Amino acid sequence: MNNSSTRRILVAIKRVVDYNVRIRVKPDASGVMLDGVKLSINPFDAIAIEEALRIKERGGADEVVIATIGPADCQATLRNALAMGAQRALHVVADSPLEPLATARVLLKLTEREQPFLVILGKQAIDDDNNQTGQMLAALWNRPQATFASKIELTDTNAKVTREVDAGLETLDIDLPAVITTDLRLNEPRFVKLPEIMKAKTKPLTTIPLGEIGGAGTPRAKVTRTEPPPGRQRGIMVKDTSELFAELHKRGLV
Amino acid sequence: MSRVLVIAEHAGDKLNAATAKCVKAATSLSGAEVVVAVFAAPGGTIAQQAAQLSGVARVLEVVNPVHQHALAATIAPQVAELAAGFTHVFGPSTTFGKDLMPRVAALLDAPQVSDVMSIESPTRFRRPIYAGNAITTVEIAADTRIVATIRIASFEAVAGGGDARVESASPGAALPTHTRFVGLAAAGGDRPDLQSATKVISGGRALASGEAFKLIYNLADKIGAAVGASRAAVDAGYVPSDMQVGQTGKIIAPELYVAIGISGAIQHLTGIKDARTIVAINKDAEAPIFEVADIGLVGDLFTIVPELEKLIDASRK
Repeated sequence: MNNSSTRRILVAIKRVVDYNVRIRVKPDASGVMLDGVKLSINPFDAIAIEEALRIKERGGADEVVIATIGPADCQATLRNALAMGAQRALHVVADSPLEPLATARVLLKLTEREQPFLVILGKQAIDDDNNQTGQMLAALWNRPQATFASKIELTDTNAKVTREVDAGLETLDIDLPAVITTDLRLNEPRFVKLPEIMKAKTKPLTTIPLGEIGGAGTPRAKVTRTEPPPGRQRGIMVKDTSELFAELHKRGLV
Repeated sequence: MSRVLVIAEHAGDKLNAATAKCVKAATSLSGAEVVVAVFAAPGGTIAQQAAQLSGVARVLEVVNPVHQHALAATIAPQVAELAAGFTHVFGPSTTFGKDLMPRVAALLDAPQVSDVMSIESPTRFRRPIYAGNAITTVEIAADTRIVATIRIASFEAVAGGGDARVESASPGAALPTHTRFVGLAAAGGDRPDLQSATKVISGGRALASGEAFKLIYNLADKIGAAVGASRAAVDAGYVPSDMQVGQTGKIIAPELYVAIGISGAIQHLTGIKDARTIVAINKDAEAPIFEVADIGLVGDLFTIVPELEKLIDASRK
């Protein structure tokens, strides 16, 4: 399946708390409450899947393979990704979360195994907001990276990628294979239709124990406290524009 | 003792203000020796500018024409080489630092702490998760080199007036040619950049059309503010999506944020809660935006915004 003539895109995804959920911190500061909370594909990763599918639909790739690392019930997330249109999925089973560098090491193993010409990931997961994994994978793989992509143009050997940077839109030309991380404006992911969900149930999903992959290393960062952010005080109400102006002027803001 | 290597960000001729904030973060490690690394093309004065930052012990300057444009793939292996002997490597949590630092961390086999808000000890840091809806304290194992990006809204810039020694450095790392700069299209024309502006005015769905956003632009130009928008206004097609402020758009921390005709969905509030002063103008007195606003005014934006403009004009005469 992974013969080298297949032009393959590997998309790495993470299951996170749905972006519409207002998260709550546990009273004992030990973490965020996750019981019964809706879990979804990280939104930036859904954009990564969509982009890979569009590339394939344009004839730029033969196969889209989805990979995730997580506990057994992450398979539902992978099935959703398959329902979007990917061909097969890889599930590295890990019961506790990995640090970004460990995740990158595991993804490197999958990359060596699958030989993709492109790895696409979200720029960050909206739970830990680390924004590290794609760059780390590119470094370990010794390949180019184009982070925060808002446009991707491919040829057989290169990718021209527009990146959302603080100064505006930067364009890079990178050799393939490469790692690209997605920003919000790259595309709008498709909605999954019911027949696709049925079809996804029979698509190949390979389970790999983390121990079999190896190389994750020992954790070095430990979260010792998780607290709510300092709250904002409710401010004042003014009755008209003159009062608003007076208040802004008094505070030196206009 | 901590030895901190700070990677300077610059735009060719001018040192980015984020660098002075990273130096501030580095100096908050007591007794730390702070060294700034500058990667620049020949002929610039970035290293001299960095040398003036208070608290900097030395500046390492790596001059090479390839540094005309900052590329993570090119800079990272050199930083990894220069990092020998340092306990910490800091960069700003800007798109420059976010792109570069994880690549450095992987080359160093070091853990990275992203978006550091405060430093409690050489191994203990506080950082936001869930777009700032929770704050964690992270402890890194002893005797581990630490890479970090510094959240620039959390640190003041150090003062100038320093006089550090500038040394030339020539890392021997092989530089890849697989990544090439093509171009940069600057954002926003003459208006300040949304991400770094000290004042931001945003419009929401209540503007009801793209043309009506002219009201927002006029007011913004009057006070030198950047212009943003709610997701609802973007989804309705009034303005382009790069103006979106919120969890899935831009997360900002200006001195002044004015929300006009924005109800204040959670995902929008997440993007603005670090603003120093939030002003809300909305005709719905029950809008959630008023729960976080420092100054609120209930009323019709189409009347209030032109009135406010006139009052600003009058005050300047």
